[in-house]
Amino acid sequence: MIDKLINYLQFPFVRYALIVGVLIALCSSLLGVTLVLRRFSFIGDGLSHVAFGATAIAAVVGLSNNFAVVLPVTVVSAIILLHTGRNTKIKGDAAIAMISVGALAFGYLLMNIFSTSANVSGDVCSTLFGSVSILTLTKDEVILCIVLSVLVMLVFVLFYNKIFAITFDESFSRATGMKTGAYNLLVAVITAVIIVLAMNLVGSLLISALVIFPALSAMRLFTSFKSVTVFSAIISVICAFLGIVISILAGTPTGSTIVAVDVAAFAICWLTGLLLRR
Amino acid sequence: MPLIEAENLILGYERRAIAEGISFTVNKGDYICIVGENGSGKSTLMKTLLGLTAPLDGTFRFGDNLRKNEIGYLPQQTVVQKDFPASVTEIVLSGFEGRKGLRPFYTREEKETARRNMDRMGITHLAGSCYRNLSGGQQQRVLLARALCATERVLLLDEPVSGLDPKVTVEMYELISRLNHEGITIIMVSHDVAAALKYASHILHIGDTVFFGTRDEYVQTSEGKLFIERSSNTRKKEDKRDDR
Repeated sequence: MIDKLINYLQFPFVRYALIVGVLIALCSSLLGVTLVLRRFSFIGDGLSHVAFGATAIAAVVGLSNNFAVVLPVTVVSAIILLHTGRNTKIKGDAAIAMISVGALAFGYLLMNIFSTSANVSGDVCSTLFGSVSILTLTKDEVILCIVLSVLVMLVFVLFYNKIFAITFDESFSRATGMKTGAYNLLVAVITAVIIVLAMNLVGSLLISALVIFPALSAMRLFTSFKSVTVFSAIISVICAFLGIVISILAGTPTGSTIVAVDVAAFAICWLTGLLLRR
Repeated sequence: MPLIEAENLILGYERRAIAEGISFTVNKGDYICIVGENGSGKSTLMKTLLGLTAPLDGTFRFGDNLRKNEIGYLPQQTVVQKDFPASVTEIVLSGFEGRKGLRPFYTREEKETARRNMDRMGITHLAGSCYRNLSGGQQQRVLLARALCATERVLLLDEPVSGLDPKVTVEMYELISRLNHEGITIIMVSHDVAAALKYASHILHIGDTVFFGTRDEYVQTSEGKLFIERSSNTRKKEDKRDDR
C-alpha cells in the first residue's frame, strides 16, 4: 500500500491535491472556531451556495477563469450576511437560508438552461460535491491557493487576540473602543475567501463540515481558546491529509472522504471527552 | 469638573422615546445607582453611556479628559459565553484590546497588570481554569478584572448580582464598594433598591418621573418612598412564593 502511495506521489497532480487540501483545511479550521462560537455555523453553507450560483454564472458567460467572478460575489454576500445580520428585519439564520437556497436554485437553473457541456448533472454533481476537481488543479491554481492561504493565516495570527475579544463579548469590545464593525468585515471577507478556496476541495455542499467539525472536535477536549484553535488546526490538517490519501488509494470521492474522516475524528474526540469527564 | 454630564436626555429606539428629561452629573469617586421599573429605559441609558446608541435628543458630555473608551463595562452574561472555551487569563487580557490599537500581541506590562487585577478580584488561583466551569460569582469576578484592564476610571455595571445567591451577592457588593473606595467611579444599573440605598452615594431614578440626587435626598422624595415601598412589597411577595 505504501508502495502504491509513493507511486502516486510521483504525479504532480497528487502532490498539488495534498498541498492544497492541507492548506485549505488549516485555514478553514482556524476560522471555524470563531464562526461556531458566534453561532454562524451555517454561514459556510450559505456562502458556498452563493459561490455555486456564481460558478454557474461564470460557466454560462463562458469565463475560463471563474475565480474572477466567484470570489467577489461571495465576498459581497459574506459582508451582507455577517454585517447586517443582526439589525435587519430578516434575522441572521433566515437571511442565510434565503440567500443560499435562492443562489442554489438559480445556479442549477442557469446550468440547465444554458448548458455548455453534454453532461449537466455530472457538472452539477462535481461542483456540489467536489468529486474530481481536486485532482485536476493547474499549477496556477495551486499557487493562487497557497498565496491566499498564507494571507489568511497571517491575518488570523495578527488579529488573533482581537478576534478572540470580539467573539467572546462583542458589546464589551465595542464599548471599550474596538472597531468591531471593521473586524467583523475582516472576518466576513476571510470567510468568503476560504469558502471559495474550499469549493475546489470538497465542493459547495460539504464546506460547512470543514469549517465546523475540527472546531467542535477540539471543543470536546480543550478548555482554552488558544488550545482549541491550535488543536482544531492540527486535527483538520490530519483529517484532510488522511482523507485525500484514502480517497486516492481507495478510489473514493475526495470531498466526501475528507468529511467522513472529520466525522470519525469528531466521534473519537467526543467519546474521549466523555471518558475524561466521566 | 464632572466626568460625565447629561442634560435633558431623551432615550429611545427608532425615534420612539422611552425615557425623557434625564439629567445627571457623575463626579470622580461617585457611586451611582440607576434604578427604575422594567422597561423604563435603564439599559438604553447604559448603552448611551457606553456610546453604543446615540440619544434621541439632549446633550451628553465627557469631562476631565475622560475618553469614550475609558468606561469599563460589566455586561450581563450572554448565551454565547455559557459554553465558551476560554481560560480566565485569556478573558482578563482581552480587556486591553480596546486601547492597544492595532498592536497584535500583549506587552509584558499588560500581562503584569492583568495578573494584578486578577489578584485584586481574588481569582489568581483560577488563572488557567475554563470560564464556563466557574460559578456565577467567579465569572462576574473574571469580567470585573477584565473591565479593570480596560480602565481604572469609570466602571459601568449592568445588574452585577442577577442570578447570584445571597451570600455571593453580598460579597460582590463589598467588592464593588472596595473598588469605589480605591477611587474608581461606579455606575450601576440595579433592581436591588435595598442594596442601592446601602452602598450608593447617588441615585438616578428613571421612569414616569425622573430623579437625580444623593441617596439621602432620594429617600425623602415621594417617588423614592413609593418605589422603595413597592420593591420591598414585591420582595415580600417573592419570599412568600419561595416559602411555599
